[in-house]
Amino acid sequence: MRVDAMSGTRLLYNLRFRAILYQVIAVGSIVLLGLYLFSNVSQKLAEQNIATGFGYLSREAGFVISQTLIDYKPTDTYGHAILAGIVNTVWVSAWSVVLATVLGLVVGIARLSSNPLLALLAFLYVEALRNVPLLLYLFLWYALIVTSLPAVREAWEILPHVFLSNSGLTVPSLVWTGTHTVVLLALVLGGVLGVFVHRRATAQRISTGKTRMIWPWVALALLAPPMLAILVMQPDLTVSLPEKGRFRLTGGAQLRPEFTALLVGLALSASAGIAEIVRSGILSVRKGQWEAARALGLRDGLTMRLVILPQALRVIIPPLTSSYLSLFKNSSLAIAIGYPDLVMVSNTTMNQTGQAIEGIAIFMLVYLGLSILISLFMNWYNSRVALKER
Amino acid sequence: MIQSKSLGRWLALGLIAGVTAVSAAPASAQSTLDTVKKRGKILCGVSPVAPGFSYADDKGVRRGFDVDICRAVSAAIFADPDKVEYVPLNTNVRFQAVQSGEVDILSRQNTWSFTRDASLGLDFGPVVFYDGQGLMAPAKLNVKSASELADAAICLLPGTTTLQNLEDFFRPKNIKYESVVFENSDEWRNAFFNGRCDAITTDRSDLASVRAIANDPSQYVVLPETISKEPLAPTIRQNDPNWRDILNWSIYTLIGAEEKGVTQANVDEQLKSEDPEIQRMLGVNGDFGKMLGLDNKWGYNIIKSLGNYGEVFDRNLGPKTRLGLTRGPNELWTKGGLLYAPPFR
Repeated sequence: MRVDAMSGTRLLYNLRFRAILYQVIAVGSIVLLGLYLFSNVSQKLAEQNIATGFGYLSREAGFVISQTLIDYKPTDTYGHAILAGIVNTVWVSAWSVVLATVLGLVVGIARLSSNPLLALLAFLYVEALRNVPLLLYLFLWYALIVTSLPAVREAWEILPHVFLSNSGLTVPSLVWTGTHTVVLLALVLGGVLGVFVHRRATAQRISTGKTRMIWPWVALALLAPPMLAILVMQPDLTVSLPEKGRFRLTGGAQLRPEFTALLVGLALSASAGIAEIVRSGILSVRKGQWEAARALGLRDGLTMRLVILPQALRVIIPPLTSSYLSLFKNSSLAIAIGYPDLVMVSNTTMNQTGQAIEGIAIFMLVYLGLSILISLFMNWYNSRVALKER
Repeated sequence: MIQSKSLGRWLALGLIAGVTAVSAAPASAQSTLDTVKKRGKILCGVSPVAPGFSYADDKGVRRGFDVDICRAVSAAIFADPDKVEYVPLNTNVRFQAVQSGEVDILSRQNTWSFTRDASLGLDFGPVVFYDGQGLMAPAKLNVKSASELADAAICLLPGTTTLQNLEDFFRPKNIKYESVVFENSDEWRNAFFNGRCDAITTDRSDLASVRAIANDPSQYVVLPETISKEPLAPTIRQNDPNWRDILNWSIYTLIGAEEKGVTQANVDEQLKSEDPEIQRMLGVNGDFGKMLGLDNKWGYNIIKSLGNYGEVFDRNLGPKTRLGLTRGPNELWTKGGLLYAPPFR
């Protein structure tokens, strides 16, 4: 008995046990608090006869979304409408990230240029873009497009069948069918194969020291899948030409001003931040690296590409992740200029159903989930870059 | 070290739990009238900016049709129309503000509809303004009817059921259109004025104010169709019948007074009226005020401080204002409109 009591007391004084105990208590109380809040909210809502739950997601949405990537009709459900909003958010964010990265890289390098005019221009670019709130820029870009371009009935035909107006850029388009999707997939497959063949060949050249002619193989890998797909699927080549109707241009494909203004606004603002990140990354690489590369006879461009940037990446990636994340979250400003992103679709849904708590919970979860995915990917990439440290 | 850290954590947790427990205490334990009387003022949810309905004048005083509804209730309770604190609310949070007790009355151009009444824990007062969604297009497009708008782009605001009404109107006619939705009403108007859209849609009362803002209002025509019914009615929390009666009868007093010819100018004379219904309405006879838990002169106080419905309408929305609306369906039933107050007896 004495021994048992002793061991009980000892357990309490065991540092490790106590550490775990504290953790369990802390986590437990947070969970309990969460449960309490949840049950409290549901109870109050029930008392006030306020509808709750996610049942509304399967009801008919009954509103139009004008620009969707996935198929959506007003007769589809609220769940489907929200999905279309999510896809739109991801679509505009993804293009903005690509554009912002390219611009940021160029401007960041230009900031360090020995040409004073170029350096000054890059400096002005960065300061002008990062010191004004993004929302104001969105209004500005949108107003520029809508007020400076002619109305759709007086659209400029800048090329045959290509129209530019304040309702966007309208171009001829293929009438898309399933066969086209197959060809597109084959094209992607070709690209992947091409990269794979090129890598194998390079690895072989490095290990054996023999140079062989590889471009025919790469070309074959690139072209064979799409060629095959075109031969097999025989895609229909009907082109839809934009024509002036009574109000709008009908037919063709359209790049709408709301999307363009948001894309430009997000990408430019983020690129200013990214330019500074790139600059700090490059400056973090010691001067000796430049000198060593020059001593080896590398030109400036090659030095940057092969010696400096790979080392700068280690410094660049972590803050770049934050830039991407804020760009992604800033895409919710779309609502100000009429691009139907997740927030806009959720707002319409909340207004129609009155179920705001659920609506906000959904879009918070989606932003949280996608942000975590972006962080995970960037952390993975960071660890890959970091491993090369010597 | 570990202990002091976890102590801090516990304190924080306790604090959060305590705060939530306090704020979760039922707000409905006391009747709204008692709460309002104790507080000394009504909390009234209104639009931040809606010409004619709710706006701040050049002295910063809030005015408008919706504002006057809250002022009528204030006059009924406190014999003073200005015991009101206005809470500007946007469309996304307006109903939550009523549900959570942040406002006592929501008088914000809100449409009375089935789902809102049945699933949001809300009650609606009498309709104070019969509105309907309409469309407006530039005159140069020569559009005669909304049914001609196939393939047109239409600018709208997401706040209300506008989008759904449009779809309900066009779907049976099999008409396709492009919707361009703006959260911000300045962007929304400018997009229309600049020709980004071929038509703009919102409630007809609101179309009047958009047209009034245009450089040349004659360049825009409101199309004949009214594509939805938008009965605008003030909103309160469910389950407080007394508060609902006060709201209802304050509004019926405005309407009833117009019907009986009682105006702000002649209300003192009308106290001597021989008409028994006027006597009951103004508290000369009977104890109608007491039945509501109010002063017996409540009806007199409403008319004395605001005038009747017609005067409230003319002052804020009528032909002499910038909105220049005619009464239309908001005329008394005796003159072919829809306004009808139950009898004061």
